[in-house]
Amino acid sequence: MGAGIVGSAVARELTKYEEFDVRILEKESDVGWGTSKANTGIVHAGYDDDPEKYPLRSRLCSMGNELWHELSRELQVPVEWCGALVLAFNENDRRTLRELLSRGRANNIPGLELVGKGFCSELERNVSEDIVEGFWAPTSGIISPYEATIALTESAVDNGALIHLETLARQIVVKAGKVVGVETDMGFLEADFIINASGIFGDHLSRTAGISDFSIRPRRGEYFLFDKDVAFKVHTTLFPTPQPATKGVVVTPTTEGNLLIGPNAKDMGEDERDATMTTRNGLDEVWEEASRLVARLPPRNTAMRTFAGLRPEPNHGDFIVKAYDNPFGFVNCVGMRSPGLTSAPAIAKEVISLLKEHDIRLTMRRNWNASREVTPKFRTVPLYEMDELISSDVRYGNIVCTCEMVTEAEIREAIKRGARTFDSIKFRTRAGMGRCQGSFCLAKVMALLSRETGEPIEAINMKGKGSNIVQGPMR
Amino acid sequence: MKRRSADVIVIGGGPSGMAAAYSCREEGVGAVLLIEREGMLGGILPQCIHPGFGLLEMNEDLTGPEFADRLEKRVRDLGVEVLLGSFTAKLSYDIGHGTSVECISQRGIEVIEAPCLIYSTGCRERHAFEIGIVGDRPSGVLTAGTAQSLMDLHGLLPGKEIVVVGSGDIGLIMSRRFAIEGAHVKAVVEILPYPGGLTRNIAQCLEDFEIPLLLSHAVLEIRGKGRVESVVICKVDEMQVPISGTEREIKCDTVVIAAGLVPEVGLLEKAGVRIEPETGGPMVNEFLETSLPGVFACGNVLVVNDLVDHAVEQGKLCAKSVKSFIDGLLQRPTTWKKSIPGKDIRYVVPHLFSGERDNIFYTRVRTPKAKCGLLLKELSKEICIIGAKPSEMIRLNIKKDLLSEVKDNLTFEVHG
Amino acid sequence: MTKRSLTCIICPLGCKIEVELSDGKVFNIEGNACDRGLSYAKEECTSPKRVLTTLVRVKGGLLPVTSVKTTKPIPKALIFTVQKELSSIVLEAPLDIGNVVMRNILDTGADVVVTRSIKKVQNYGFVLP
Repeated sequence: MGAGIVGSAVARELTKYEEFDVRILEKESDVGWGTSKANTGIVHAGYDDDPEKYPLRSRLCSMGNELWHELSRELQVPVEWCGALVLAFNENDRRTLRELLSRGRANNIPGLELVGKGFCSELERNVSEDIVEGFWAPTSGIISPYEATIALTESAVDNGALIHLETLARQIVVKAGKVVGVETDMGFLEADFIINASGIFGDHLSRTAGISDFSIRPRRGEYFLFDKDVAFKVHTTLFPTPQPATKGVVVTPTTEGNLLIGPNAKDMGEDERDATMTTRNGLDEVWEEASRLVARLPPRNTAMRTFAGLRPEPNHGDFIVKAYDNPFGFVNCVGMRSPGLTSAPAIAKEVISLLKEHDIRLTMRRNWNASREVTPKFRTVPLYEMDELISSDVRYGNIVCTCEMVTEAEIREAIKRGARTFDSIKFRTRAGMGRCQGSFCLAKVMALLSRETGEPIEAINMKGKGSNIVQGPMR
Repeated sequence: MKRRSADVIVIGGGPSGMAAAYSCREEGVGAVLLIEREGMLGGILPQCIHPGFGLLEMNEDLTGPEFADRLEKRVRDLGVEVLLGSFTAKLSYDIGHGTSVECISQRGIEVIEAPCLIYSTGCRERHAFEIGIVGDRPSGVLTAGTAQSLMDLHGLLPGKEIVVVGSGDIGLIMSRRFAIEGAHVKAVVEILPYPGGLTRNIAQCLEDFEIPLLLSHAVLEIRGKGRVESVVICKVDEMQVPISGTEREIKCDTVVIAAGLVPEVGLLEKAGVRIEPETGGPMVNEFLETSLPGVFACGNVLVVNDLVDHAVEQGKLCAKSVKSFIDGLLQRPTTWKKSIPGKDIRYVVPHLFSGERDNIFYTRVRTPKAKCGLLLKELSKEICIIGAKPSEMIRLNIKKDLLSEVKDNLTFEVHG
Repeated sequence: MTKRSLTCIICPLGCKIEVELSDGKVFNIEGNACDRGLSYAKEECTSPKRVLTTLVRVKGGLLPVTSVKTTKPIPKALIFTVQKELSSIVLEAPLDIGNVVMRNILDTGADVVVTRSIKKVQNYGFVLP
């Protein structure tokens, strides 16, 4: 339940086994539209999680970090291993860095070292002048979290999983101590096993299965995103010295070359589970914190986009990855705050281990396909290859999104793979993610969607029901 | 992959590009290549269905598409080679050989070389994030041009209960369009204490339809889960700082952002052209030549024009410059004189002049003045301007005998 | 006696004109710099007129709508009625600038003409060449 980064990773893993007929339930109109699309996109090195306080986080993070190397190749989702620099500004910070070092070593993270100011500025020209020391974690990386989620889901579906979008799970049904299925707003679905990867609503759904020994609260983080052409960027991920509650506001590049700044950490109320709005205070806070880390930021009012995401914060602080005896067949994969994205592949393997521990026999499929077929990202290939692509399909010669150089061929492919809303196309192709934020390409993408799906153009929406882009044809 | 060459490449087939291209042919330039990324020429004009185009250029009051049609006829009749559906991915420059562009289209990749180039790519629109609006990110938030294309090209109604942000001419004209199509424009919100657009448009676009104009107000926040549900606005002071306690919510389903245009200078910047922060466009000399010799600019990418006739004029000037350049007759002085925006002047284009010929200067005041003097400081010459507004670009034709008297700088200032 | 202030739109001068009206008839006009302003102010206060530019639906064309205009200003009060008349029309591509959509609409003496040519296409596929 839940097609976020964790749910899709688990689903893909389950499709490896003959015994499982996998279905993914997702309440949104597309995958990864919860926390998975609104986070910092970092594949953490794994020095930050205290192995004593948060054993699951620390173990699954370091395992996940390693797994992402192979996984990114299989799925053809780029991970850039640009490393991370944690910055110290005073003696307190320096003490914390030393704690990070010993914690990291306890977690067997390679390559960690304390580095001087000179090394920091060589590593990152734009680093703040006020730092006194740094902590270098070379095994940290950056990834596009929504691209990863889409890739994992496509791979799962390619290997036989079925996905039900716009399907809200309401009640897990248990009979005689065993999971028998789930009530959704689209009807009852039979199931022997239910993996709860429902993110922000993780505790709500778990409660319907009778498990309520934890709670989840949304924690909001706001972000600034800058265009690729800005004058002042960074080439590695910069962190402040972490606090108990949060790793802090980060300044990082993205795999596409944008500059991403954020998040702050504001605890929201029990009933604020869709409070993804940005706020003046929140953005001010992010900007102020980020400004400390670098020598220069681009002018604030040139930010291409601001957005916010909610992380599911578990009350005990650690992930909840557990297969229960009662109800048998119920597995929780919730409380996926940072480093949830990093840990996702490891969580998937953990679920398999837990099931094996419950004496469930698992036979690997022989024809399981690890690789995902991708169509080339036109904007990234060399000129002669662009020419070849256009010869193979003239629609590569029609640039629809001129800011990001996205072709009609790529948009058609996204529609073929199930994209039906503007945002679905945006997250798959990057159309609309450039400096004009969709001003130029919105009408064209709508016309393409209408032409390819047969839907009347006025019915095209942005992100599912209730988000129609226009209010009908004119007359 | 094909390689080809031309005598001049024009990037962008809007009004200034079309004028530049056919004027090059009129001037006697041989192979003129006009590259346009859309499937048709005209730039923004085909969706500007209101009149007000061609008053100066053709002495007629035409709608945008009609004006574009006139220019396109000249482009075709004068033998300009037009490449439609062709996207310029890169502009390279070499002082010895001139310019080279990488062009992407259904024909494949074409690398096109020319000794000189005219850049007329126009602008993009400023969007909600760039004016600091926070809150939810629902559907129903559109820039004015996008709303216009959805409506006037695709026949779709952008919204039913609309709040327009920005009272420049674009916002006013769209307000009228919305009202005529049966939508309810609840307010036009303007952060300055005076409206941005022509008084004529306040009368014909807002007063005619009883649309409230809220001066000294800003949109703080957009609310809505799937689609827009409301905006939160507030009053602002003279420094445009929100006045706390004045926040109120306006229920609506659409927010149209008409907050200004940003020149699309990306390719120029990457090629090393110097960009002027005040205009957002390239720095140019009196030939409308950028900091790269042989690379010229015109239209909205150079300076945001209010009248299409000025964009066309700039295109024609580029054509004359291109002809001189090709003939080796472009006389650049040893040192350029600078035009400086002084008190209450936002910018002056061109930025450099020789003093050896008459020049047209384009400028804007920062604040409205019922009556003022535009002082050319170093020349002690004052020009009387009536009804100067920031939203109305001022065009000055200054003669050679005046300009030749300038030593190094000519400062344009507002007096009285 | 009522007083109306308006800004003349005939030329960039934008004279502020004061019109005094009595029983809907113009009594006095002040502030205009020329005769054109005088006639504008008179007409604006008694029977204001506007050129209407709007859209009409198109069948079989590169675009689903085309732009049209009234060939001369029509009474402001009739704008929405004209709009309604035009909304029941569907033109067929190809269309040329100047094609007459409706003659003497609502007896105003103004025609409605096409201002944007529309090519005929096999399939509706505006987007791309």
